Amino acid sequence: MGDISPFQFQVVAALIFMIGVVGVLTRRNIIVMFMCIELMLNAANLSLVAFSREVGDDQGQIFAFMVMVVAAVEVAVGLAIIISLVRNRDTVNIEDASQMKW
Amino acid sequence: MRTGLFWIFSVAALAGSVGVVANVRNPINSALNLVVTMLALAGLYVLLEAQFVGLIQVMVYAGAIVVLFLFVIMLLNLRGSGTTGAEVQPLVKIAGTAVVAISSFFLIRVLSTGRAPWPDVDASYGTTREIGEALYTDYALAVQVAGVLLLAGILAAVVLAKKKLD
Repeated sequence: MGDISPFQFQVVAALIFMIGVVGVLTRRNIIVMFMCIELMLNAANLSLVAFSREVGDDQGQIFAFMVMVVAAVEVAVGLAIIISLVRNRDTVNIEDASQMKW
Repeated sequence: MRTGLFWIFSVAALAGSVGVVANVRNPINSALNLVVTMLALAGLYVLLEAQFVGLIQVMVYAGAIVVLFLFVIMLLNLRGSGTTGAEVQPLVKIAGTAVVAISSFFLIRVLSTGRAPWPDVDASYGTTREIGEALYTDYALAVQVAGVLLLAGILAAVVLAKKKLD
């Protein structure tokens, strides 16, 4: 693997995860916030695959595969919710959908 | 060779994810930045000798999930209705970024302790055959549950996106 250490892959994963957290905290467009959640899931996947290679066992890859299945379902349901939100409220700004906020 | 590819893919992944977050004009640009991130991550998976996961990453994320995002953005015709005027206050933004910077520092500190070198793996590691065999023997139950989850997801999406419940 050349002079790349497992640590460097984990740093890339951590940084992508943190960029996703910043996105969810600072953006108010619900679609972009949803994309940031996808970024965080992908960062966790990269971490899993890198640890899997570091241990030399492929269980982490199977776990990453299952995360991808769950992410696909989550995107389908989440985008359906966004479609009905836009139909009912005509907005993608998360601040306009705060009726359940106490 | 591998070192160069690692840096290219890492920088592309990080730049793409910054692009997703920093793009306040049009959600379509965010989605295209997301494609760059997904493809770069697929490259990193192949570097880690996880060819199967890399392939699924390209097909499922870059091929299906981001297309679904673009499809919804265009269906809802959100061009220009970006929330530029409705973003959070700068103070919250600065506080959020500071919290995240501090926690990334500690995350990197924790992750950097006690690194072992890469072990040698056989040529079959991470191939479709290897992963498929494991999925259909040891993880057969998980595959069945994933199938039920996908079915539930399809039904939920259809019901939620329906115009009128009757």
